[in-house]
Amino acid sequence: MTRAGARNLLLHGAVLVLLFALNFVLPEYHRGILSRVMVLAVFAMGYNLAFGYTGLLSLGHAMFFAAGLYGAGLTIYHLGWSVWPAFGAGLLAGGVVAAAIGFLALRTTGVAFMIVTLMFAQVFYLGTLYFTTYTRGEEGLILPQASRKLELPGAELILTDPAVRYMTALTLFAAVLVGIFLLVRSSFGRALVAIRENEERMRMLGYDVFANKLLAMIVSGVICAAAGAAYAVLFGYVGSGFAAIQYSILPLLWVLLGGAATTLGPLIGTLFMFYVIDIASGLTRAHLLVVGIALILVVLYFPKGIAGTIRERWLRWLQ
Amino acid sequence: MSKNRKPNIITSNGLTRRATLKGMAASAGLMAAPGFVRYAQAQTSEPIRIGFQCHRTGIGAAYGRWYERVTNVAARVINEAGGINGRSLEIIIEDDGTDAARGSEVLEKFANQHKVDLVYGTLFSHVVVGSAPMAGELKIPYYVVSEGYHVASGQMNRYCVQPGITDVKAQVRSMAPWIAENLGKRVTLIYPDYAFGHDHRDFFGPAIEAQGGEVIAQVPIPPTETSFTRYFPQIPSDTDVIYHVMVGPAVLTFVKEMGEFFGTGGPQLFGFIDSLEAVDLNSPGLEFLEGSHFWEGMARYVQPEMPDYEIAYREAVGLDESGASVNDPKDVSTAAHMFGCWETLYVIKRSMEACGYRGPQDRTSLIEATEAMTEMDAGPEHPQGRKVFNGKIHQVFGEQSISQVRDGKLEVVHRTSIEDGLYEPEADYTTMSF
Amino acid sequence: MAFGPYFLLATLEGLVTAAVLALTALGLSLVFGVMRVVNVAHGEFYMLGAVLAWWLASLVSGHPAIGFLLALIVSPLLVAAVAFLAERLVLSRLKYEPEATIVATIGLLYIIQQLALTFYGPEARPVRAPFDMRIALPWFGYSAYKLSVIGMAVLLMLATWILLTRTKIGLLMRATQSDRETALAFGIPVGRVYAGVFALGAGLAAVAAVLIVPTQQAHYLMGLDPLLLSFIVVIIGGLGSLRGTLVAALLIGLSDGIISMFFSPTLAKMLATLLVALVLVFRPQGLFGTAMR
Repeated sequence: MTRAGARNLLLHGAVLVLLFALNFVLPEYHRGILSRVMVLAVFAMGYNLAFGYTGLLSLGHAMFFAAGLYGAGLTIYHLGWSVWPAFGAGLLAGGVVAAAIGFLALRTTGVAFMIVTLMFAQVFYLGTLYFTTYTRGEEGLILPQASRKLELPGAELILTDPAVRYMTALTLFAAVLVGIFLLVRSSFGRALVAIRENEERMRMLGYDVFANKLLAMIVSGVICAAAGAAYAVLFGYVGSGFAAIQYSILPLLWVLLGGAATTLGPLIGTLFMFYVIDIASGLTRAHLLVVGIALILVVLYFPKGIAGTIRERWLRWLQ
Repeated sequence: MSKNRKPNIITSNGLTRRATLKGMAASAGLMAAPGFVRYAQAQTSEPIRIGFQCHRTGIGAAYGRWYERVTNVAARVINEAGGINGRSLEIIIEDDGTDAARGSEVLEKFANQHKVDLVYGTLFSHVVVGSAPMAGELKIPYYVVSEGYHVASGQMNRYCVQPGITDVKAQVRSMAPWIAENLGKRVTLIYPDYAFGHDHRDFFGPAIEAQGGEVIAQVPIPPTETSFTRYFPQIPSDTDVIYHVMVGPAVLTFVKEMGEFFGTGGPQLFGFIDSLEAVDLNSPGLEFLEGSHFWEGMARYVQPEMPDYEIAYREAVGLDESGASVNDPKDVSTAAHMFGCWETLYVIKRSMEACGYRGPQDRTSLIEATEAMTEMDAGPEHPQGRKVFNGKIHQVFGEQSISQVRDGKLEVVHRTSIEDGLYEPEADYTTMSF
Repeated sequence: MAFGPYFLLATLEGLVTAAVLALTALGLSLVFGVMRVVNVAHGEFYMLGAVLAWWLASLVSGHPAIGFLLALIVSPLLVAAVAFLAERLVLSRLKYEPEATIVATIGLLYIIQQLALTFYGPEARPVRAPFDMRIALPWFGYSAYKLSVIGMAVLLMLATWILLTRTKIGLLMRATQSDRETALAFGIPVGRVYAGVFALGAGLAAVAAVLIVPTQQAHYLMGLDPLLLSFIVVIIGGLGSLRGTLVAALLIGLSDGIISMFFSPTLAKMLATLLVALVLVFRPQGLFGTAMR
């Protein structure tokens, strides 16, 4: 392994160890928040794969997150499934939706792709309202506390326990982080970046650009759906709000803040955005003003996002 | 929930305790009558901290602003009268952005960082439903002021109560007899196509049929809509009454377009004032509402022969004759809902006094004390009117007003009885474990 | 209602929706077309236009047309000034980097929304239409002001077209749009052109908002829908094509109106959105666009 590779391995390992240790030292409130942030960072990592690495600016990723959320939530609520198969249903829902949308939307590029995904997501959102009989629309559903248990051989994890919840979120986060870490070093990952940089050249070189992009969309959709399904079982609530346009803009914002096409950027961006809102709302009632100013300042000094700019200026080896 | 029904130590112990609590609650009710000054000065100690989940930003901000004002005034009034068990009340406010996810985070913040005694005050039902699981997990009482049917339906947990405002099912059921008798029996429903609208649809249909009427058409409107005229042809021409419950900033457009469409010859109109809370009835375009009827939780405009305690409440929260802020006549209140904050704080006070609340260790007794409540008399603590609390479904029942727009003002023309809104309970929280 | 009059109503509604869409999209089509940046705050300029219109109209008494005209002139100027400032202070320093611009304009969105919430408030408030007339047809009534919006949309599109094709300013804009580097080489002050375009785009959004606010109302969260719809219209029409913007608005407005005759409202909305999305899937460059990335 190269020196840069070793450094990256060390850094990512250290981040995971740090997150593990934080469970034992963080005050209760911040531990609870970090559980949420890790799940949402998975959403952002999924988005980063499509947007950061493959260059697909989508404004419809809320539908993949929501597909996972509803795939898991509805099967638990209406069919009484346990968490494992429900989580699987969530992943499957995300994968199927991503494949179908990708197949159609990838006929377009650039801004047209952005608008097509936006409109498909809007249809999905309206669908969650149209089927209010099953989804309870904007009000949403509560997953019964008793159903939120993870069966493991020889053990049963109560997901409503804060420590278990933290560790479950960390496990998911770690799995996806390692997966992305390996993926972007693989030939598939390098092909995606090459497609982002110059699609024509890749086509000339004999790559099936469409198939590569479609696969990237599906993997991205499944990761986002995993975040959605985890959110449903860990926090017990499923509602249309998660399918609305705001949840398509948020992962874009998190990724841009943290640094597109960096493996740790999504976590940094999600964490940053959460604490800016949390701290600002404690300081003033006009907290959106503070959030807005913070965003502009960050982008003025870190135009490539926090991790992206660090990589550009100081740590060239950063993955 | 059915899986939760194992009897356990807490509930079986609670039975005897509840009987005593009932007695205490009744005596507390007596003492709370006007004229009662304060408890003997008890130990001075830490204030009781109440976390107020407030819609400061997002779509609920117009409601949130008035909920905040009423809450602050009620807390001040309670403190001036000696507080609760001799301790003062402290309100800690966090903005939930009218967002379900943020609502749940804020609830965690209240419980784990602010270390409040209980959480209170949420209005929008998606925020309530989104926050409820966290309240159950953190075992912190959650007193909501939301008018949703979510609490009474039994889908929440033992920590969620709604003791200060009636739910939509009771509201809708108590409207049906009056509508059938006075406006007509053939009704077309226009409602937003999501849970809030579907509740109206599902509860109103059977209620009007019980009165010999029927719903002849339903027009569900998607929430992203900003223009409505294209849907009006779906209203059958033999409609007697249009029942409308639109919400959101596009409501003015809705009413205006309805006026343009029908002119003066249209069917009768019956609406829920939710549509026009915080909106001046004399806004351009609303002339068409003249003569139409509305449900009001509590009167916005000063009515003749208003009881003293209602006048006193209005003065305390700063309402002028038209239900706007005394400081700014353009700042119209959400009068039909915000009284719920006032009344809920007094219910909390009474429950804390009944169970001798000392701190978070008494949270379950606090819930049990609230569950033990039944009658709430009209008066300074319940300015909206008499209420009956059903401890099994954690939901209060009360009287409703039906008002008519006359000369651009809402005049109360009918007051329903509590019995009009009662329904068979579908759940029993008291059998669930804490 | 019989099919004929119902169809007439659906068509009328579709035309008004189209006019509103076209108006709203006008400013964005300039900003997006020339600067190639995704301005997420565009809807907030629109909202600001509506909120300022309410404030200006409430300053004067007398015939509602006076307040309306005052708003129509002053509100767009104020909004354009705000946009100009934002462009000089923030966007220009980001060198119009597309990704950084998205973050910065989201920041701008938060700032404008909070200022509107703090100083204007959370309520929805209407502005009186300059004239209040109901056209009574045999089957239903219709607002004359809403019909006049169609005419105003046509006029505004025409004025923008003339500005773009017949004036020196328009020439500079078009030159910058087609090739930024060459424009720079020819001594065109690209920075100032961008600032002007950004201000003009925001001003047009404000004009649209002032014209629309008598039929809808000013509210601090009203910016999101016009933002999304404008993006859709601009892209479906084909970037940089005013004619395309108009045709796309017509397509969306009419399909929205007519599909709603046959299905329940939410389903109709879903089908109409799907239909428009498929148009783009099978014609990725937009209706009148040349291939672009």
